[in-house]
Amino acid sequence: MQNEVMFAGFGGQGILMCGKILAHAALEEGSEVVWIPSYGPEMRGGTAYCLVITSDKPIASPIIKNPANLVAMNLPSIDKFAPEVRPDGVILINKSLANVSSGRTDVDEILVPVTEIAIEVGSVKAANIVALGAFVARSKIVDFDVLKEMVKKEFSTKKKFLDLNMNALERGRQAAL
Amino acid sequence: MGKILMKGNEAIGEAAIRAGCLNYFAYPITPQSEVAEYLARRMPEVNGVFLQGESEVAVGYMIFGASACGERVFTTSSSPGVSLMSEAISYIAGAQCPAVFVNIIRGGPGLGGILPSQADYFQATKGGGHGDYRLLVMAPASVQEAVEMVMKAFPLAEKYRNPVMILGDGLIGQMMEPVEFPEDLRTEPSNKDEWATNGMSTRGDDKQNLVKSLYLDPTALNDHNLLLKSKYDQMKKEEVLYEPVNMDTDYKALIVSYGTMSRVCKSAVAMLKEEGIEVGMIRPQTLFPFPEKAIADAAEKSSCKIILSIEMSMGQMVEDVERCVKGKLPVSWYGKCGGDVPSPEEIMDVVKERI
Repeated sequence: MQNEVMFAGFGGQGILMCGKILAHAALEEGSEVVWIPSYGPEMRGGTAYCLVITSDKPIASPIIKNPANLVAMNLPSIDKFAPEVRPDGVILINKSLANVSSGRTDVDEILVPVTEIAIEVGSVKAANIVALGAFVARSKIVDFDVLKEMVKKEFSTKKKFLDLNMNALERGRQAAL
Repeated sequence: MGKILMKGNEAIGEAAIRAGCLNYFAYPITPQSEVAEYLARRMPEVNGVFLQGESEVAVGYMIFGASACGERVFTTSSSPGVSLMSEAISYIAGAQCPAVFVNIIRGGPGLGGILPSQADYFQATKGGGHGDYRLLVMAPASVQEAVEMVMKAFPLAEKYRNPVMILGDGLIGQMMEPVEFPEDLRTEPSNKDEWATNGMSTRGDDKQNLVKSLYLDPTALNDHNLLLKSKYDQMKKEEVLYEPVNMDTDYKALIVSYGTMSRVCKSAVAMLKEEGIEVGMIRPQTLFPFPEKAIADAAEKSSCKIILSIEMSMGQMVEDVERCVKGKLPVSWYGKCGGDVPSPEEIMDVVKERI
């Protein structure tokens, strides 16, 4: 089974890191995985997206027209990618910055105020981890405990942010239930 | 050691170190600057050298100098940078020095763009610099294959005393995939005492080695070119690599595609198969030498009606495919090279339309 998720938002929101942590979790579970960043002339505040593909078989095309899932961290991402998501996929929308529906009725759409939750746990910068927690809890694309380990690993050298991000992940999970 | 997740560019840098290359000269350019970023940190850890040249022209000659002294050496760049290095590449080939060049192609011509492209096919396989020389060109389709090809490139460059080029594209450089490194090859270049200017006292003999590409005597230059030609002929006999896909079927069409583009085509072949349409594919892993015989043989298949060269360039490899097919079947081209890589669905539509 092949699964994909497109993470999209503003540059600076931690989109690429979000995908990277998920990719590490998938590899930890023994899956094949590809992580593809947008690398156009991007800048802070511009658009950023990354695609993570997981599969139990070798992954052929790294180019995916219709990803299975979408995490949209801002409004332009919904406009751009929501119409492409395959039916029955998860569309997670950052309600704090885009309090709108994608208009899709054939997907599992969930609106989570990820930026507000991040501010509550201590830093707006943790919004990506809140979104990751919410998305994985909802889609079950990887085991949540494995994801937790990968977040721990990612922040192991930045101890002062570790607790904050573990909290962010857990709050994300709760918001998606 | 298990698999680790690495960006193509970083994996290429690590692969070179594990192949025993401790000299890296380069100049940053998107989409391959992460190689320099990675090796700037990593080379000092292994007592290697990373030196940023003042331009790609300088880098080309730094490579020539180190190689002439018998050092394993490599560089990475992207299209406009490789154009600037092309003069040195011609000199290195003419002087019969081994070196490895990696081109993570971006869109051209001129400054073009920074997204993935395969538009340097001609430059890599047909020259780029002046004179009768060839590069051994390998085209990886995954991060793992990029690692393996980089590690193979050094012994091949030394076997032929000729530059080897790894031709990737922006996506190969930028994406992360799980990789496993083969066993280290930290050996010395095998035959360097025979030709390198590494110092007579080091070698302990009284034979002078001279590295040069200048032959003013017409007979001597012709002989020199015949010698170079014999090496390229030997590459054609011994180094061709390709991957056949779905070739044990009665395929109606044959796709020839390499690198990132071939992975998209592979998905299209699988999806077409589900719809009952059999399509074969040959993925050249070496672009020079080109898998001429494999393509010529595939074109003999009676079920096959058309051959498609699918490339992220405006019809470059298709000329080599036509050369192999020799007019026995129609050869058709499809490609894009603005930076958007075609999707599997797009390739499916093209195949259906043309068969």
